[in-house]
Amino acid sequence: MFKIYSPTAILGYGFPEQSYYNALEIKPDLVAVDAGSTDPGPYYLGRGISFVDRGATKRDLKYLINMVHKLDIPLFIGSAGGCGSKSSVDWTFEIVKEILEENNWHMKIAIIYTDIPKDKIKESITNGNIKTLDGSSEVGVEDLESITNIVAQVGIDPFIEGYKKSVNIIICGRSYDPAPFSALPIHYGYSKGLSLHLGKILECGAIAAEPGSGRDGLIGVLFDDHFEVFPINENRKCTVTSVAAHTLYEKSDPYFLHGPDGIIDLTTTTFTQKDEKTVIVKGSRFIEGKEKWLKVEGTKFVGIRGVCIAGIRDPIMISQIDEILEIQRELVRENFRDMTDDYQIYFHVYGKNGVMGEWERFNGVSHELGLVIEVISKDINITKMILGYIRSTLLHYGYKGRIATAGNLAFPFSPSEVIWGEVFEFKLYHLIKLDEYEFPIKVVEV
Amino acid sequence: MRSMVELAKVIRTKNSGPFILTIDIIFKEKEVYEKLKNMDYFSKNFWANLYGLKGSDVISVIYFDPVCAVKANIKRKVPSGSPGDSDVYGAQQHAPLLEVKIDV
Repeated sequence: MFKIYSPTAILGYGFPEQSYYNALEIKPDLVAVDAGSTDPGPYYLGRGISFVDRGATKRDLKYLINMVHKLDIPLFIGSAGGCGSKSSVDWTFEIVKEILEENNWHMKIAIIYTDIPKDKIKESITNGNIKTLDGSSEVGVEDLESITNIVAQVGIDPFIEGYKKSVNIIICGRSYDPAPFSALPIHYGYSKGLSLHLGKILECGAIAAEPGSGRDGLIGVLFDDHFEVFPINENRKCTVTSVAAHTLYEKSDPYFLHGPDGIIDLTTTTFTQKDEKTVIVKGSRFIEGKEKWLKVEGTKFVGIRGVCIAGIRDPIMISQIDEILEIQRELVRENFRDMTDDYQIYFHVYGKNGVMGEWERFNGVSHELGLVIEVISKDINITKMILGYIRSTLLHYGYKGRIATAGNLAFPFSPSEVIWGEVFEFKLYHLIKLDEYEFPIKVVEV
Repeated sequence: MRSMVELAKVIRTKNSGPFILTIDIIFKEKEVYEKLKNMDYFSKNFWANLYGLKGSDVISVIYFDPVCAVKANIKRKVPSGSPGDSDVYGAQQHAPLLEVKIDV
């Protein structure tokens, strides 16, 4: 029997204190937590920073380190700092170090970097050892220049290698979400299929429970031929529906879950209710990968974004909003004739189709519109200039039938425009062949 | 005619990676699920019509018996967080499904 505590969906999303005390009583063999995701978009990897606040991350880590200190069990952190770049791994280590020093505790920590040098990607492109993945497009050597950070999503191996160095804590860069949960039981001989499937359920914390929550946890217990999963909080329960439904979550194919180690095959998996809050899972199998193909993620710098937020309440203007906004594009082109390729303009029209854009099937329009004017340019001065120009032009634009001649926009704020920051996009989201590649493991004693 | 809100206990959309939007419907009643599955109600065509997509933008439709669920994967208009995106997590693209009414 091997007990794993998953405290929360993402390190820093929090958990109720009572759940922590419940977990202490259960005495898990491992505390594992996933800190990462590509969901918040490309910006965080682009800059190599966390999408979770430092203070919130430290709050969670204080509890978790306290637990592993008390129970003398390991703590595995996957995709440290969110995007899992070297900078975000180091950021996580600094927080861990701070907590250890504040408590005068001594621990051995393995730090695993999963960044991939551009030369390695270049080599893969040249040798044809690269494949597009889940809708990504072909990438060429020339695309690499504007890419800021590149990380590989590692599987269970670096965690097992780190653990062999008899460490208390592993802080790993970008990792396959189930890896920190399943590496240790697999190392101890538990079934790969069951361990990885359990890891897949645990990695989102209590999202696989009812009621679901991103700021609470689960306990997973592995046995030789099955595993059990239940919530740590008495006010939640795991049901066959909540657990099986989670197998669908954020995945394209619920029967075959692809990862760096191979494929979790769920075609023969069964879910059974054990008691009110516990689900038994059996039959999950593992198909070993024949070659080592790892997913790499890399983001490209696009420009600097400026944003202006304004409300529109005039029904005469609202009735012709699309046409009015299109005219603003023309007026910008006309005013800055020599620089038509240097900027991008987007109008997000909330109250009409701001959420769904061209997918919106509803033809109506609200009595008031929220307008977000967005300008992106590589040059911050161009961003400011174009955004300012649209704001002043649209504010005083004389559309057809206009009666309200004082101004067309209600700005909630002064200043009405803000430089939002850098814009990135996912450029690398590919599989590359990395047969012999070793990810560097640094062991530090604090 | 019964509305999807009445037939389903979960209707949701979410990113599956930055380029794909994955749509889940989990049905309340096994009989309803089986019937719709057998008639392939949620064909690629269904999704193309619902969102006004080209047929080739509907990547796959998968039925998942353990929870009476159907999953569709469609190509995002714009990759998550790239210029022009309107829903970075892809979590609010489900509303057209709530309007669907089925004779079942």
